[in-house]
Amino acid sequence: MALDRNQIAQRVAQEMKDGYYVNLGIGIPTLVANYIPQGMQVMLQSENGLLGMGEFPTEDKVDPDLINAGKQTVTAVTGAAYFSSAESFAMIRGGHVDLTVLGAFEVDQEGNIASWMIPGKLVKGMGGAMDLVAGAQNIIVTMTHANKRGESKILKKCTLPLTGVNCIKTVVTELAVMEIRDGAFHLLERAPGVSVEEIRDKTDGKLVIPDSVPEMQFM
Amino acid sequence: MSGFNKVVTTYDEALAGLQDDMTVMVGGFGLCGIPEGLIKAVYDKGTKGLTCISNNAGVDGFGLGIWLEKRQIKTMIGSYVGENELFEKLFLSGEMEVILTPQGTLAEKIRAGGAGIPAFFTATGFGTKVAEGKETRQFDGRDYVLEPALTADYSLVKAWKADTMGNLIFRKTARNFNPMMAAAGKITIAEVEEIVQPGELDPDQIHTPGIYVQRVIKGKFEKRIEQRTVRSA
Repeated sequence: MALDRNQIAQRVAQEMKDGYYVNLGIGIPTLVANYIPQGMQVMLQSENGLLGMGEFPTEDKVDPDLINAGKQTVTAVTGAAYFSSAESFAMIRGGHVDLTVLGAFEVDQEGNIASWMIPGKLVKGMGGAMDLVAGAQNIIVTMTHANKRGESKILKKCTLPLTGVNCIKTVVTELAVMEIRDGAFHLLERAPGVSVEEIRDKTDGKLVIPDSVPEMQFM
Repeated sequence: MSGFNKVVTTYDEALAGLQDDMTVMVGGFGLCGIPEGLIKAVYDKGTKGLTCISNNAGVDGFGLGIWLEKRQIKTMIGSYVGENELFEKLFLSGEMEVILTPQGTLAEKIRAGGAGIPAFFTATGFGTKVAEGKETRQFDGRDYVLEPALTADYSLVKAWKADTMGNLIFRKTARNFNPMMAAAGKITIAEVEEIVQPGELDPDQIHTPGIYVQRVIKGKFEKRIEQRTVRSA
């Protein structure tokens, strides 16, 4: 069975380490915060100027001056800090954030990522994504393996305008966990019940398949 | 106004000297920390042909969205169009020039502008559309793009508290681009929730020193929320 959005987030959360500063993008990455293992301390960085993002507020604690990068009302945890956008991106560009999780339209086997515009159709803007992919040491992309028409988004070469070049190392989709290195996607894990053949069929880029591909483990 | 007293009481005084075709920076991230009254006053004034530098362009009917409705912006420099339909339409039709800039690069371009640094190198955007036509250089084997600084004729910022001398304190994530824009504007107008007397703000707690601020006006804020997300108690 292909993973749902929450299960993708759950799998990504397994990459967290105690003491990590983490930036989570909009969409599936945001859900990762719900699955941080018990007893592990992780500080979430929100690029609009908050280190130590907490959960959504209760109705009586809603504060228009306290939002996340997705413009959602949030809270701040004990030990949080507020700062300007320049300071925020000094943290990001300066490589101080341990892990970044973000979404994408396409990735390719060279580690390139496209996530901010579809020419003539859709312009979201890159927001902080270009800075995040240029600055983070450790980036995980969460995305669906193929589009609604079944066309692969795991490509030899991205077709859309790029967000960053040679920067993506790990991709988690509803079907697989893959590592990008040496110009290929290396299949590390498959979703429970998903065959290697299905992953191969939905991957356009070069896919290296080891002899044994374990299923993802969920607690 | 006299000496270091920068307080003005009307939006006309606050925006005195603002003319068509000027460059205007507007603070805020989404609708958080935007100078609501100043935005409305520029709308009422009808100033046109503006180059507007702001991370976002408000939403339909609020914030900078109202400048879009009146076609007051000739060129928009920001990082995110998002779900603003009119913005996307004006961009795709070519009616408004839009220079999309990575958010961190935008923040640093403004910071550099205020700090007298003409340009800086950043790895952000290398190999993408953003770097097209720009000088690049390698440092320690990594490629960087030369990004010029930004300054403005007028900066419209929002702060929580000001004293009459223009020292500013921001609140929570409503700080965002406001401090850098305050420094990068030739004329910076701070619209604030509360104005106090000099000495009432702890000098250790001031985020933006008054030297960057030319005018201070007390505003009224609706503080509209874009995504009201709550959990049950």
